Amino acid sequence: MKERYDVVVVGAGPAGSTCARFAAARGASVLVLEKDRDVGMPVRCGEAVSNRSLEKIVDIDPRWIAATIKRFRLISPSGHVVEPDLGGYGYVLERRIFDYDLARLAVEAGAELHTKSYVDGLLPRNPEPGTTTDMSSEEKETSSAAKDRSDDSSGWRGVSLQWKGEPRTVEARIIVGADGVESRVGKWAGIDTTTHMRDMETCAQMTLSNVDLEEDACEFYFGNDTAPMGYLWVFPKGRGMANVGVGISGMASKQKAAIRYLQEFVERRYPGAGVLTTVAGGVPCATTVDTLVKGNIVLVGDAAHQVNPMSGGGITSGMIGGKLAGEAIARALEKNDLSLLNEYPKQWRKEVGAKHDTYYRMKAAVYKFPDETLDDIAVNVLKLREDKRTIWGVFKTALRHQPALVWEMMKTFGLRPSA
Amino acid sequence: MLLIEIKPNTCDFCGCCVGVCPEDAIELQEAHISIIEERCTNCAKCVWVCPFEVLVFNKPEKAGARERTV
Repeated sequence: MKERYDVVVVGAGPAGSTCARFAAARGASVLVLEKDRDVGMPVRCGEAVSNRSLEKIVDIDPRWIAATIKRFRLISPSGHVVEPDLGGYGYVLERRIFDYDLARLAVEAGAELHTKSYVDGLLPRNPEPGTTTDMSSEEKETSSAAKDRSDDSSGWRGVSLQWKGEPRTVEARIIVGADGVESRVGKWAGIDTTTHMRDMETCAQMTLSNVDLEEDACEFYFGNDTAPMGYLWVFPKGRGMANVGVGISGMASKQKAAIRYLQEFVERRYPGAGVLTTVAGGVPCATTVDTLVKGNIVLVGDAAHQVNPMSGGGITSGMIGGKLAGEAIARALEKNDLSLLNEYPKQWRKEVGAKHDTYYRMKAAVYKFPDETLDDIAVNVLKLREDKRTIWGVFKTALRHQPALVWEMMKTFGLRPSA
Repeated sequence: MLLIEIKPNTCDFCGCCVGVCPEDAIELQEAHISIIEERCTNCAKCVWVCPFEVLVFNKPEKAGARERTV
């Protein structure tokens, strides 16, 4: 590890690795720091992506694909099954291979990567006596004001870290927070990255073997007893294996934790299954953080709340964030002008962010539907002509009492009212 | 006084609690978690979101009586 780099990326998930790849490919010296001993492990994810969004951002390697998904099955609380037409297909990934490969691509592009590297603070540019890298309560109070001056050039000199247990520092011109749901790099820089309780989907996930399921269908279960303010998923992974998990809102988790919902479901539905992994996770299902760039700090992926707030899917959207950030970083370094970093938030908003805002409003609308309403939606969708049973058909039915939102949805996603 | 306790050997180190902590009061490494007592306000958001019920809120009258085992 050198003393100084153009860019330090904190976190080697899909967003961090993609950002590193795009910045390094254009000549930036990039260091990626991963706190865990192994990139991509443990897998805290449902692992499902749509083929189109993944193809846009990376050349797909067949080794990443555990299963190809042709069908979506949405299961209402009393068991009505709706199979909307996907208008495409999806993949269930093998993320322990996928994340590894994205990190490899970053390194092949010229980035340097270290695991067991725990970043524990930012280095102030002009350290004054008594100054710490962590926010004082005084700073916290002014952090909303700080949002408005994201182009201030005071910036940070680098990061402090524990590398293989030893403290050290690394200097960097640009620091990327790709540190996932924790998002502490942003907090240290005075950006409000705290996820509200209602928006935090708290998750428990298992990898099961010896399960009897359809190998080309992703199942989503809804209902207050199964997954309040969230959903439970069963995604096939080939050879009788499945990624099964549940995500519920932090508000619901107050009464009963995610792991309990998952255990109950698995005991009921797959009593003979082998449990290969049991992991916890948290997904920030919010709109994108207000400040993606502040001085020389850049946020990407879960750390920037770039998850689709409706589905909770964040792999490809985080990678788009990483790519846009990586390109903006390369340009800013080439022109020696940090203000060019601000192209990234603009591009993000145009390509993804505005859509996520609409998804968020849709989520807020359907979020607290009681079980009867969910069953009612399923029954009404099943009354639609088969060719109208699309994902949009489902949403239109769900939101039929909110025409303004349906209209916004159509506008945002470029759909004609007849779609 | 810290009222939140981490049950030993139950944490999966997922970071969910860190994400909702408004005070940046949780230190989370690969396989180590601790609460920074000076910053914690006992708001208990971390307790509520934990997927594995690793964090526990000890009501004040009980808290004085027991030893914290973080």
